[in-house]
Amino acid sequence: MADSYSETGRRGGFFAKYIFSTDHKVIGLQFYFLAFFAVLLGMLLSWIMRLHLAWPNLPIPLLGKLSPNGAPGGLITPEYYLSLLTIHGTLMIFFVLTIALQFGFGNFLLPLQIGAKEMAFPRLNRLSFWIMLASLCVLLSTFFVTDGPPITGWTAYAPLSAVGPIAGPGEGTGQNLWIIAIALFCLAAILGSVNFVATALTLRARGMAMMRLPLPCWAWLLTALLILLSFPVLIGACILLMMDRVAGTSFFIPAGLDVSGELLHRGGGSALMWQHMFWFFGHPEVYITILPAMAVIAHIISCFSRKPVFGYRAMVYSQMAIGILSFVVWGHHMFVSGMNPFVGFAFAVLTMVIAVPSAVKTFNWLGTMWGGRLRFDTPMLFAIGFVSIFVTGGLSGIFLAQPPLDAYLHATYFVVAHFHIIMGMAVIFAVFAAIYFWFPKMFGRLMNETLGKIHFWFTFIGAYAIFMPMHFLGLEGNPRRYSALTDNFLKPMIPLHQFITVAALVVGAAQLIFVFNFFWSVFGGAKASENPWDATTLEWSVSSPPPLGNFVGLLPGIYRGAYEYSVPGATTDFVMQNTPDGAQGTPGALHLT
Amino acid sequence: MALALSLVIAVITAISVVLFCAHVWWFPVDIAIHGVQIDRQFLITFVVMGIIFVTAQFGLAYLVWRYRREDDGRKARYLLGNRRLELVWVASAAVIFIGLEVVGFRTWAQMQYAGPQAHAMKVEVWGEQFAWYFRYPGPDGRFGPIHPTLMNDAMGNYLGLDREHDPASKDDIVTATLGIPVDTPIELILRSKDVIHSFFVPELRIKQDLVPGMEIPIHFTVTKNALKENDGRYEIVCAQLCGMGHYRMRAFLQIMTRQNFQEWLQKQAAMQ
Repeated sequence: MADSYSETGRRGGFFAKYIFSTDHKVIGLQFYFLAFFAVLLGMLLSWIMRLHLAWPNLPIPLLGKLSPNGAPGGLITPEYYLSLLTIHGTLMIFFVLTIALQFGFGNFLLPLQIGAKEMAFPRLNRLSFWIMLASLCVLLSTFFVTDGPPITGWTAYAPLSAVGPIAGPGEGTGQNLWIIAIALFCLAAILGSVNFVATALTLRARGMAMMRLPLPCWAWLLTALLILLSFPVLIGACILLMMDRVAGTSFFIPAGLDVSGELLHRGGGSALMWQHMFWFFGHPEVYITILPAMAVIAHIISCFSRKPVFGYRAMVYSQMAIGILSFVVWGHHMFVSGMNPFVGFAFAVLTMVIAVPSAVKTFNWLGTMWGGRLRFDTPMLFAIGFVSIFVTGGLSGIFLAQPPLDAYLHATYFVVAHFHIIMGMAVIFAVFAAIYFWFPKMFGRLMNETLGKIHFWFTFIGAYAIFMPMHFLGLEGNPRRYSALTDNFLKPMIPLHQFITVAALVVGAAQLIFVFNFFWSVFGGAKASENPWDATTLEWSVSSPPPLGNFVGLLPGIYRGAYEYSVPGATTDFVMQNTPDGAQGTPGALHLT
Repeated sequence: MALALSLVIAVITAISVVLFCAHVWWFPVDIAIHGVQIDRQFLITFVVMGIIFVTAQFGLAYLVWRYRREDDGRKARYLLGNRRLELVWVASAAVIFIGLEVVGFRTWAQMQYAGPQAHAMKVEVWGEQFAWYFRYPGPDGRFGPIHPTLMNDAMGNYLGLDREHDPASKDDIVTATLGIPVDTPIELILRSKDVIHSFFVPELRIKQDLVPGMEIPIHFTVTKNALKENDGRYEIVCAQLCGMGHYRMRAFLQIMTRQNFQEWLQKQAAMQ
């Protein structure tokens, strides 16, 4: 990989090639590996949490030495459990799910897929990554301050997060650093998103009409717009929260609070306002994580079914509908928060409405497979796995979207099951599918198929083994964010928790197969050709990996849509987007989507 | 590979359906009147979602098997879509999803839009890090004012009552257990001393956040079957992360006959 990038003109030492590189492919890979690191750390935290829940008296090896305050003798304190939970959620949602497909794959592939040499603002891109890395460093620094990371979860509800150290351990410096990290993250994402919008709208090659764009390009554009509209709200909320914490304001602090015996001299604030501001960001955020995933899946299913995407326009309009509707459903996180119940019902109906375009997409993935000629290489296995898991996770949402049912299920493991299945597994499956699919293009080599398939089987069956049982815990009323299961009604649940923990550890261990495969293939995998998958989009028309500037010589002209597979009359079962009409392999008249 | 994948998807689906339908792990007994409607709404949703779940997963498994690539030279169909099918699908999904919401509307309205009955018995529920307190208004039917400056857990004045100077506070009864009589409309008024907590009793089918700065009412009536289980004793747990003791913020709901309740309340009053 490094050889190819340096051969083609990026001279200079380490600093020029990596630290200051403005090449979108290098930056994309940097985001990619940042997300890679974050997911490994996030998983590690989850294993520690799960071990503690299932076997609270079992000392966890090494942890006592690494964190003598948080885990004396290797046994986790309640506050440390909550710290791990907070960092786990923050890492996974922000640094893995928001970054991987959008800033990792998006940066690498958007210019390639639209036929551009580079992103619109390469130096802005460069800055965006460095701010993102700084954000991660600030977040992880919370492990090294007295009292450790915050204990308020990734949602940081006020007043618990607003009143300072009297609320508990981690609520001093740890919470302040978390707020700073999040604000930096949002800034980095906003800068990056400006780049995506400008690039997608202005740098498409001649003939690349919007309705000929590969679906991931649509997703990267729409997701960037969602980021631009929702992330500033979180920055605003963070500023207000920080002011409550250090400047004596009371945005989120009502009068008359007695916290652990200390009377607070504040007043006039609204605890619910934090929730409104947070979820106004938070709900678009989860669609920010899923939109690129859904597009990548459609893209990969099409390729491995050798069939056009079923209902391309419907897929585009569904993405738009989901994007717009994502701004008017945030109250479904607040049905029992004390929010006006009339408004709650309005949010409930809108939440059901947003389920419709997601259902359309599911139908269209299946429609793409119908009548296809399916190849089961590893990317396709993960794509099919995604569809199965997305259906499961989406349907559990229909329960939660109904206020009378949510009144029971809110803040139980039913919710934990729902969001882990839809984000923790479905989006991750899309990330895996993308990794296996675009690995040859990114690194010029092929990953090992056998190891890929073994990885798939463990992960797919394991995903269900870990998260299906959590629905049952929720039905029994098991609340979430409990660091111990000491209530009478929870004791019978402990064997189920132990099963989940074992499944999580087995699946976790199986990821080593993937990690090994990945790095072994980067350095020693079989060399990849330009287009090992016989795919149609522009990145497959250049070398693996692509040269500096992507397209040597003239930028390509585009003659057709992105999913021209098995075109009647064509001599091959795929026609690339830059193949002119009448060129070898194409029939006379072709559909121009 | 196709066969294996199809089978695994089908088997996972089948196992899931069996485990859900067998109610191996399920809701606890319902002890509230409105719980019947909630449980019915859940069942309707469960059946509809179950049908969709099985259809979609088995459909996926079928497609995997039926359209696997074989050495028969079959070409994939060049199919760009089907507008009519798309519209049918959109309409069906909208009708089912929004329909479920509409069907459940009345339950929500009764829980939240309608207030309690006029003669409902009022009890205040207070949450703090990490304990619950309950306040009964006493014979005068009025809750006395709260003085945060007087709050002192160590001295037992959890709620900052000034019994000497506030007449309404004199007969207030503060308890650590929520005693409730059966067949009696109850109105709980939820308040918090510090951060957001959440009152949750699974058997009651009630969950409501306690928000500092707000007084949030909820209402219910407990049915007689509540007396049969666990001697009428149910756990109240906190369902909103409130700090390091969140997991152990627990109290008990004690359901009693009306007569036993009066006796219990008098005993509690004597201990104030």
